[in-house]
This record gives sequence, C-alpha cells and structure tokens, in this order.
Amino acid sequence: MPLPRLIPCLDVAAGRVVKGIKFQGLRDVGDPVELGAAYSDAGADELVFLDISATVDAGLSAVDVAARVAEQVTIPFTFGGGIRTLDDATAVLEAGADKISVNSAALARPELIEELARVLGSQAVVVAIDTEDGRVRSHAATRDAVRDTLEWARECEQRGAGELLVTSIDRDGTQNGYDLELLARLRDAVSLPVIASGGAGNAQHIAAALEVSQAALLASILHERPARLVTLREELRDLGVNLRDAA
Amino acid sequence: MTGHTVAICRYGAGNVRSVELALARLGAELVDDVEGADLAILPGVGSARSAMEGLKERGTDVVLRERHAAGKPILGICLGLQLALDESEEDGGVPGLGLVPGRAVRLHSERVPRIGWAQVEPVGSDLLGQSLFRSEPTGVSDLGLRRGGEAFWFAHSYAAETEATVATSEGVSAIVEHGSFTGVQFHPEKSGAAGARFLERCLSRA
Repeated sequence: MPLPRLIPCLDVAAGRVVKGIKFQGLRDVGDPVELGAAYSDAGADELVFLDISATVDAGLSAVDVAARVAEQVTIPFTFGGGIRTLDDATAVLEAGADKISVNSAALARPELIEELARVLGSQAVVVAIDTEDGRVRSHAATRDAVRDTLEWARECEQRGAGELLVTSIDRDGTQNGYDLELLARLRDAVSLPVIASGGAGNAQHIAAALEVSQAALLASILHERPARLVTLREELRDLGVNLRDAA
Repeated sequence: MTGHTVAICRYGAGNVRSVELALARLGAELVDDVEGADLAILPGVGSARSAMEGLKERGTDVVLRERHAAGKPILGICLGLQLALDESEEDGGVPGLGLVPGRAVRLHSERVPRIGWAQVEPVGSDLLGQSLFRSEPTGVSDLGLRRGGEAFWFAHSYAAETEATVATSEGVSAIVEHGSFTGVQFHPEKSGAAGARFLERCLSRA
C-alpha cells in the first residue's frame, strides 16, 4: 500500500478560503493559493479544495482557482464543488488539478460517475459522500439523499469511482474523532482508497483513522495554520505512522 | 538547465499543464516540435484506447517511433509509459506504440486504483551502476532515487510488465528504460521536490 496520506482540506467560496462548523457560519480565512502552498511546504501529501458555495450558488471560477494553485503547488490536488458535467471536470483537470470530486451531481445522476471515469480515468474521479447515521446527505449536507451510505459507496465503486471522500457530518468540525466504525465498514464494503473526513481533533484520532483508511482529510484541526501540520506530522511519527519524508 | 528544448506531446489525454509548469520551473524551453526537441515527453492520464486514438489522429505515434529509432530521448509519464509498451490489457486489449517490449496489466493491489506516495527503489544492486542514465554510472543517486527509497506520487490501475523495468515500487514497475525511452509510472510533475529533482536529471541528460 502507498504511504498513508494527510490531506488538508480548504473550503473555498467565491475564490477565498472560508471556514465554518457543520457547514454553517462561514468566514474568510485566506487565499487558496497561499494557504495551499504553505500546507505543501509543511508536508501535506495532497490538497483538497472544495467550493462549498457552488452547489448552492453556481457562480464559481473553479478553473481559475485550479490554474492558480497548479502554478504554485507541486503536490497533487483535488477540486470539488459545482462539477456537474464531463466538460466541467475536464476544464478543471486541464487547468492542472489531478482529481475532481463530485457529490450532489453524482447523487442526482449516478451515470455521471461512469462518464467521468471512462474519459478521465478512475484515478481522477473522487466521489465525496456526506453521511450521517448511515444515510447520505446532499447539497452541502442540507438534504436527505435517501440512500444508505454503504450501498452508495458500493455503487460508486461499480460505476468507476477511483476514491471515496467520506465526511461524517455529525463529526465535522467537532474535533471529537473520526467515525471509526463507519470507516471500518467502508473498508470492508469497497476496495477503493477511502479518505476519512470529519472529526480530527488530535494525532491519536488521525492515527486511528489511518488504520482503517488510506488518507485523512484535515480541516478544522489545522485552523489554517500550516505550522500545525508540521507538529501533527511529528506527533504521528511518534505514534508509529509511516509518513512520507517530504524533504 | 536552460538551453534544453522540451516538447510535450499534446493528444487530448490529460495533465499537460502540470508537466508544462514543472518544466518551466526548471528553466526548460517548451517547444512544439516533438521530432526535433532535445527531450520529448509523452504524458497521459485516462484510458489507453482513447489516448492511442489521439496519438494516431495527430500522427504523433509515427513521430515517436522515429524519434525512438533515432535514439533521441523520450520520457513517458504514467499512461505515457503504458502506451510505449507493445499492448495494454485495458478495455479488452489495446495495441501500444511498441517502443518497449512488454504489456500493461491490471494491478492486483489491495486497493485499486493505487493512489498515493510510495517508495521507488532500483531493481537489484547490480543495476545500481548502469540503470537510469547508463552514461552516468552514479545515475540512480543523481536522480534522487536514494537507496532506501524515495517516495513519488502514483495514481494508476494498470502497470507495466516488462523486462525493461529498472526500478519498482511495492513490487510494481515504477521506471522502465529501453533504448532512448524512459518511462515512469509515477507523476514526477506532482511529486514535490523529489519529482523536480527527477525531472531535472532527465533534462540534464537530454
């Protein structure tokens, strides 16, 4: 297996990095390129940019953000939010992103996953799943998607998804630890790499998630402070997690 | 590194922008002339069949075969490496460029696609002195391929099965060399400092 990955997540709205708890109360916390580059320097293995305004108000310039990030950042990054068609996805990848992430659009029309995978390759197609109590939620977790989380995960794999980014909504921003039970069930349900998201509060939480998942998404634990990633990496190494030597 | 011209093959199969940016950072001069450039790069992500169709439509397959026959350096990245083989078993079988004997086969890793950073090590200690850049006996260390394994970023579901493999990663072919063709399964353009060192070495050899 490749080395476990630490993936800072930057929520983006209108071209700025924003922050909120449980998808509520957003505030501006910085420039996506500057923050992304700083996380890369701090040892991030990949980055995820999620345009959280996109599903609600499609006025994004994802391509511009992706192009600016690609100029400054030399590690892989995923771009999600507002991607509804193959053309949307292609434009973001051509701008320099390595993967795209789809969520509500795939729930509305699951064939989209197949269309993306066929042309872009599975390795470029991440399906983001927001989940609470074993059920999938859509539209920035504001709606019940009327689907069982594990069933949807399996369907995503069958349709050609390359990776699952699974966020436990009830843990998101709480720093109370990842939903390890759900992650273990996902590990057994699919053979895709899974990125665990929601609940990281300390290095022990992350180490536990990396026992059952291939990557950990880091959001509120970092507080937009790349220096925190440096200390987290040290703490994880002390816990025996085999992280990449990023020098 | 300035003075080296690099042509990146454009055939409608992905990640060209990242490769361009990585080479521009190293001071390479990007040109369109795949035939005449000091180094030609065959990038690529996505499906083997549509990629081969893209190469043929543009006549790039012919140019690359001629370039290889003339002993001019070519660097294949990811799908670009797999396309250089005789064939890929993707989509029920897709004939490749045949620059390198071998075939691309589906991975049997625990998790597929195989995504992430993984260490790359030269095949066998006896190859240390001659692999990668045979003109330079210390080539492997010069590439940033440190003994003990430096990590590069991979994202793939297929991999090369070929005797031309000179470095592996977790048992998977990571670097192949055959004549003037070098292929890497990982993405040096996305592999941070290690990737930049690797590309710089490819450039300086060209």
